[in-house]
Amino acid sequence: MATEGRAGATASEIGPPVTERITVLAWLKHNLFSSWFNSLLTILVGYLLYIVLVPLFRWAVLDATISGTSKEACDFGGACWTLIKVRFGQYIYGLYPEEQRWRVDLAFAIAVVAMVPLFLERFRHRLTYAVGLVVIYPVIGYALFYGGWLGLPVVETPRWGGLFLTLVIAGVGITASFPLGILLALGRRSSMPVIKSLSVAFIELVRGVPLVTVLFMASVMLPLFLPAGVNFDKLMRALVGVALFSAAYMAEVVRGGLQAIPKGQYEAAMALGLGYWQTTGLIILPQALRLVIPGIVNTFIGLFKDTSLVTIIGLFDLLGMAKLIVTDPQWLGLAAESYIFAAFGFWIFCFAMSRYSQYVERRLSTGNRR
Amino acid sequence: MAVAELRPGGKTRTSFWNNPKIRALFAQTVVLLLVVAGVAYLVNNTIANRERLGVASGFDFLWQTAGFDISQTLIDYDRTYTYGRAFLVGLINTFYVAVVGIVLATFFGLVMGVARLSSNWLVAKVAAAYVEIMRNIPLLLQLIVWYFVVLGGLPAPRDSIAIGEGAYLNIRGLFLPKPVFGEGTAIFLASVLLAILAVWLLARWARRRFEATGQPFPVFWTSLALLVLLPLLGYVLAGMPITLEYPKLGKFRISGGLVMLPEFMAMVAGLSIYTGAFIAEIVRAGILAIHKGQWEAAYALGLSRTQTLRLIVIPQALRVIIPPQTSQYLNLTKNSSLGVAIAYPDFFNVAGTINNQTGQAVEVIAITMAVYLSLSLGISAFMNWYNARMALVER
Repeated sequence: MATEGRAGATASEIGPPVTERITVLAWLKHNLFSSWFNSLLTILVGYLLYIVLVPLFRWAVLDATISGTSKEACDFGGACWTLIKVRFGQYIYGLYPEEQRWRVDLAFAIAVVAMVPLFLERFRHRLTYAVGLVVIYPVIGYALFYGGWLGLPVVETPRWGGLFLTLVIAGVGITASFPLGILLALGRRSSMPVIKSLSVAFIELVRGVPLVTVLFMASVMLPLFLPAGVNFDKLMRALVGVALFSAAYMAEVVRGGLQAIPKGQYEAAMALGLGYWQTTGLIILPQALRLVIPGIVNTFIGLFKDTSLVTIIGLFDLLGMAKLIVTDPQWLGLAAESYIFAAFGFWIFCFAMSRYSQYVERRLSTGNRR
Repeated sequence: MAVAELRPGGKTRTSFWNNPKIRALFAQTVVLLLVVAGVAYLVNNTIANRERLGVASGFDFLWQTAGFDISQTLIDYDRTYTYGRAFLVGLINTFYVAVVGIVLATFFGLVMGVARLSSNWLVAKVAAAYVEIMRNIPLLLQLIVWYFVVLGGLPAPRDSIAIGEGAYLNIRGLFLPKPVFGEGTAIFLASVLLAILAVWLLARWARRRFEATGQPFPVFWTSLALLVLLPLLGYVLAGMPITLEYPKLGKFRISGGLVMLPEFMAMVAGLSIYTGAFIAEIVRAGILAIHKGQWEAAYALGLSRTQTLRLIVIPQALRVIIPPQTSQYLNLTKNSSLGVAIAYPDFFNVAGTINNQTGQAVEVIAITMAVYLSLSLGISAFMNWYNARMALVER
């Protein structure tokens, strides 16, 4: 949206409107060589791109190898994508047993299918449906991932990994932090001093420290906090840390939305005789959340990227797997390929989410235009 | 939300448990009790666990000998110093990387943010690609790539890449000539300070004169001349007190000179390029927030594009830019804790080592959180002050 607005400005700077059909040369002159400074810039940037992109392209595509099943297949002139091909399953599922991977596939297929109605504009009961999904789906997911019933063998959480684990952590983080964040934001705007100060203290404390310290605390301190003998799963501890952390950020986003709702809305709701929870649930939140959807999606993007930090406390998410595979003696020296693949995996999801957020922002802004 | 206003007291007789004030009191008491009980439970467990594990409590360990080395120390430190000193070394390393990172990130962000709005198609696309790629890849992954792939691919010391005279780059780091301050350095430093003072006074005088008479003064070029010539004069007068100690290239290692560790370089590169992408978007949004009329008015007055940007747009855009910029600086500082993944000895990394050695997790975590909290509060206080100053410029 912003770029288009800018394009208009550029056209006005250039001068007379272009009525002729634009030829390639005219386009080049307008966009690349409009002044001596611009020409210089174009040549300089073009040269830099040439010396960076051409070798990169040669390495990644022209001289690259993808055939074969071992490192010997690569002639080492370029990238060795054979590694990615051979270990693809591990990047996606981690150390999840190969013959059980269909369970992960099934669970994600269910998730995708179940989420379709959420994007249907016509579907009236989206909110109820979403709440139901949030309650029911984790049970299905856990039952399938962990197993131990209906003859499904148990797969312990240390074997979960790869993109699958990244999605599990991000998914749990998102679904847990959303309601928690809303509660914290409401608490921060509450007129009750105790609740308000507790919420403020929590939000500011968590936002003031890095996620690594929170994760570290969750993995080192939680065992100290609990009675002797009670032990939490490592993944569980990471999940608690991630959820609490992003809840604080979510709370601030939601608070922004709450503050944007005019006072008249509260007063009108009270005049109708609605109580606090009715006012909040039926009048305020639906409007406030709508306003901050882009902010919420941005928080989700941040959360998704932050899941990679669980690598530091010894879980094998997509980044952790990429790191682990690099240390395999059979595939030494292929760090670049492994990390580039992991980076691509993260990038796809984050980029898609940011595009979605921009789309929603555009749609909302047209809706609000007067 | 002001439930009390819902039922204006009086005619409707509300029962005791429907009175909003009593309800609020009740709810708060319950929450408070729950929180207190929860905290008491955790504290109780912690005390019991620590007794069971035989961990001493208190901060006495800060004065014990640390017994471990830190790869980058900006103040005197070796393994015979105390844990407290080790914390301090880590804190200074965090500051160091954060400050350098913030300066570079601001530079990248400004350049790329302006470049993305350039009328030059190629420049705009390159800047857009930079932003879209860098901000959508986790920082940790970028740091690991910088450290293990880019810098890890550098040659061994004996095959060092020579950069000009007396600077070498190899897998152990970047080796630069180290300035040795001889006698008379004080005179030189005094001349530098004098130059800075002169520039400040000149800028003030020029602005006053401009506001009074409307006559511009070429502040930039005179300042530049002052900043170069005065210290140069001082340097020559003091008898050229500063000499350079060049790193010597040996077979297995390089001795002497100033070393920049690969961990540090990877941290700076990763942090500044990642944060720069976010700052670029903030800068772009700030510039776009300036109404088109401002540009047109400036052009109508005969200002060039650069002048418009510098004198009209950027001063106004800064007001939009500074608040989100603050949170980016905060993020960068907090993200420097990811140094633990590539062995950069920042505060968090040192704290982790100390925790492993002493086992005093509670104290170490408490110190860590307190330090990061005060860092965050410090940066936001500074940026708020700066923001207030910028906002006042208006009128």
